[in-house]
Amino acid sequence: MIEVKNMSKSFNNKLVLNNINTVFEKGKTNLIIGQSGSGKTVLMKCCIGLEMPESGVINFDNRPFSTISEKKKTDIRKEMGVLFQGGALFDSFNVEQNVMFPLNMFTNKTLEEKLERVNFCLNRVNLENVNKLFPSEISGGMMKRVAIARAISNSPSYLFCDEPNSGLDPKTAEVIDALISEITEEYDITTVVNTHDMNSVLQIGQKISFLYKGQLWWEGDKTSILETDNPELQDFVFSTELTRRLKKK
Amino acid sequence: MNKRSISTPLNVTKKTSFYLNKTHFKIFGQFIKLSPDHQHLIQLFVLLSSKLQRTFMLKLLGEYLILMFETFKRPDKYSVFRRQLMIEFIGLGVDSIGIVAIISVFSGAIVAIQTAYNIDSPLIPLTMVGFTTRQMMVLEFSPTIISLILAGKAGSRIASEIGTMRVTQQIDALRVMGVNPANYLILPKITASMLFNPLLIIFSIGLGISGGWFACVITNLVASADYIEGIQGWFEPFTITYAIIKTLVFALIISSVSGFLGYTLEGGSVEVGKASTKAVVYSSIIIIFFDLILTQMLLV
Repeated sequence: MIEVKNMSKSFNNKLVLNNINTVFEKGKTNLIIGQSGSGKTVLMKCCIGLEMPESGVINFDNRPFSTISEKKKTDIRKEMGVLFQGGALFDSFNVEQNVMFPLNMFTNKTLEEKLERVNFCLNRVNLENVNKLFPSEISGGMMKRVAIARAISNSPSYLFCDEPNSGLDPKTAEVIDALISEITEEYDITTVVNTHDMNSVLQIGQKISFLYKGQLWWEGDKTSILETDNPELQDFVFSTELTRRLKKK
Repeated sequence: MNKRSISTPLNVTKKTSFYLNKTHFKIFGQFIKLSPDHQHLIQLFVLLSSKLQRTFMLKLLGEYLILMFETFKRPDKYSVFRRQLMIEFIGLGVDSIGIVAIISVFSGAIVAIQTAYNIDSPLIPLTMVGFTTRQMMVLEFSPTIISLILAGKAGSRIASEIGTMRVTQQIDALRVMGVNPANYLILPKITASMLFNPLLIIFSIGLGISGGWFACVITNLVASADYIEGIQGWFEPFTITYAIIKTLVFALIISSVSGFLGYTLEGGSVEVGKASTKAVVYSSIIIIFFDLILTQMLLV
């Protein structure tokens, strides 16, 4: 469980996050949604420690994260898996080396054990016979899946995914969403997904936090979001022609 | 000299001020063994760059020192560090052997021919050609010119590699995994450069002297025996120590400055190109500056 309390953050005197209070629950896929510029990415960056919140606290299972020393942060970071928007795979490593990287850094497993774990993680994300390929030799969807395999290779307690479906076709996006949801339930981890893809929201949104102009505007799940009477959220949810037509039906 | 020129603000904030004064210049002048007559050159240099220092250089220097503090920490895992070190030995060292060899052979040959061409007086023995070539290669050409070449080759490689990792969030990925990215990425490069560059310079000195001999023999300007006698004469072993000390300092400058410029990059692919260019320019300028300081300290 990740708890965010009274968190605010500004850049150049412009308030980007304004007094955010929320809880990302364990064993659930927690979605942060909102328009571009609403503060989703900043909220996630604060949670993973790439940005420092100006006020407020973030607790990982009652362990304070934002206020502790860099060394103690490192211990909590070892329990995190992060899927970046572009995958952020290491160019100079092949798929196998990328997935093995956290194991090389933080475990004392033998090469055989590490290879076994790598193959398990790659199988888990439905990838086979790609071990020796480099990131430049695989598709965008495969890169995302390799990045998920790398994120789960060291059995994290917290999984963060920043725009996991950006740049993917709807079919592949659905596969990635299903994968994230399955992994969350299977390993009982706290997953936080940052997205503005309504398909993801309706498919895997067990807990949804809607950010609007830096404020936490609404919270609910994939069922209640369709029945909301909140005008800003309605604008967001029914912003496309497709969703508007579905609403009329 | 007016008051302004001898009391130059170095870092002015609302709360604190630090001024370079006559005493600082005197100490610095003594440190690099400048005569009191020449100390006004340092004063002039500081005066001309004072504005730049306040707004830019001190900020950069502070950021650089903070990054180096992060870099020179115990590696997260030594087995991973050793593997990275081997990769850098190949990328920064072995891959540079070709260009170092070509430039060294031709430099030695050119120095030998030019020296022979300039010896007109029959009172100067032709053994001076070998002596001059050796001294030039040991004292300046190999440690400094080859380091400048490496600043271009290795420096741009380091800055663009780390810069690309920055813009593609690979450095962020390392940090959120709990890895110290500066230590993981920059320390192996600095270590590899400082261990391999002295070998490259020794290799360059040997090839340069050989190139000089080859040029003399081919052109018949100097007899082989005279040249070989020249390279053996008046040899001071300290010159090799001097060359290696300079090389070590230059290797640290090239790898750390380039690493710093790549690591602190902000923006996209255009910035990667700019960082790569800056790495070469900054490294080259700092190398030349430290060349002067080290020469004054070690040889004068």
